[in-house]
Amino acid sequence: MLKIEDLYVSYGGIQAVKGISFEVQNNSIVTLIGANGAGKSTTLRTIMGLVKLQSGKISLNDEILAETDTKRLPTEEIVKKGVSLVPEGRRIFPNLTVLENLKIGAYLRNDDLTEDLKHIHDLFPRLKERSWQLAGTLSGGEQQMLALGRALMSKPKLLMMDEPSLGLAPLVVKSIFEIIKEIHKQGVTILLVEQNANQALKIADEGYVLETGRITMRGTGRELLENDAVKAAYLGKKKK
Amino acid sequence: MDFPTFFQHLSNGISLGSLYALIAVGYTMVYGILRLINFAHGDIFMMAMYFAFFSITLFHLPWYIAIVVVILITSVLGMLIEAAAYRPLRDAPKTSVLISAIGVSFLLENLATYIFSGKPKSFPEFTYMTSTVQFGPVSVQRVSLLTPVVTLAALAILLYIINRTKLGMAMRAVSKDYETARVMGIKINRVIAATFAIGSGLAAIGAIMWGVKYIRIEPMMGVMPGLKCFIAAVIGGIGNPVGAVLGGFILGMGEVLLVAFISQLTGWRDAFAFVALILVLLIRPTGIMGEKTTEKV
Repeated sequence: MLKIEDLYVSYGGIQAVKGISFEVQNNSIVTLIGANGAGKSTTLRTIMGLVKLQSGKISLNDEILAETDTKRLPTEEIVKKGVSLVPEGRRIFPNLTVLENLKIGAYLRNDDLTEDLKHIHDLFPRLKERSWQLAGTLSGGEQQMLALGRALMSKPKLLMMDEPSLGLAPLVVKSIFEIIKEIHKQGVTILLVEQNANQALKIADEGYVLETGRITMRGTGRELLENDAVKAAYLGKKKK
Repeated sequence: MDFPTFFQHLSNGISLGSLYALIAVGYTMVYGILRLINFAHGDIFMMAMYFAFFSITLFHLPWYIAIVVVILITSVLGMLIEAAAYRPLRDAPKTSVLISAIGVSFLLENLATYIFSGKPKSFPEFTYMTSTVQFGPVSVQRVSLLTPVVTLAALAILLYIINRTKLGMAMRAVSKDYETARVMGIKINRVIAATFAIGSGLAAIGAIMWGVKYIRIEPMMGVMPGLKCFIAAVIGGIGNPVGAVLGGFILGMGEVLLVAFISQLTGWRDAFAFVALILVLLIRPTGIMGEKTTEKV
């Protein structure tokens, strides 16, 4: 579904991404893992059109989203094509109610939202309880659920998530990943960026390790989980 | 002071307060969405007065058409200014945009002086509006009765737009986090343009009623109201439209009643606003309805 070819991105004065290529197959879960500053977030934000690519090609179902010097779709268009992002740090709108946050996720849609709202409420019962609360008063975990629900309201084909586990308690992280699996089962393709390599690789079909802007390792989720180098660097296990 | 005179002053105060309210809302909305104090806003108000003046005297438009035309042209002016002077600086440091706004202000004032001449003009007379109605011993100008009604109606419509429409929700979202708003598919340029259009349109409505009541027009007339209305927005809590209206009424009424009761202070009339500003900044800087801070740390 998503194809990244030879992507180079300069961001904040540094070469954040130095020629990465990977693909996200339809209906799969792909994860990009790596340390802070490896270029994972920058990659997602570039796909989303928030950051300009230096060179390379990003295409969605063979349609070019961005290409060196020839094309660069604005974020609004990319969203229309079915790409949704759960930003790093949640970035829910604190001055809007929980319900409004969900509705704004469906901003580009003109149809009836009741079915989808019910679906989100089934996934996240806590959000239903708090429908009329200002989103800024929610806890971190609840905000993450809201951000996820909001991203789902646009009925995306590709859901990108930027460090969903960041700053959350372990039990909350566990439930978030359960929900991600559930969403995937319902037919959404997922591109997941995470520092929590353990959880991410457990649910991923494909994984890519990013180090200072380059992909250094690739494999299935299972392969990477068993890989010694990955274990030592990202899974906190001692090198044998 | 006898009651009829007091009531006269009161109605003038409410009237002036309504006009300040309409202009203050424009300041507060632009600040809310761009964190920019649009110093040119008072001058947009001034331009609206000239648009109204020429619509009627030069183009001989009937008043009901002139009103619509003036509001439309002023809204377009606001959007043009945003596109030309503020949008290119969207990612620049805040001071750059501020300086740009001051530049636009100078530009409008001098353009008006050059094109319309610095000599004051008289707004065309609308005897129906300036004539008075009697309520027992009290007589009030019709325009003084109409102004608060129009202001409150405009506020009600604005609040409806902000709180109950998709555009309003988008405006609120963009004012907090415009990047994430883009991720929702919102075209932020359009939302910002709409904000300027609404703010300028309200200033135009204020300008028309101001012209009918106070009659005198000259190119620098937007300066003092502009400053005072910015202060009104701050007093009410900058970023909050209801606060801006409250602030406008407080300033308008305060100014008029101060001079009414203590006539020795007539020369200090304008100072009232600035004293009020200092007091608010000392006692309650976020203003009466200051932005709620419910953000999770």
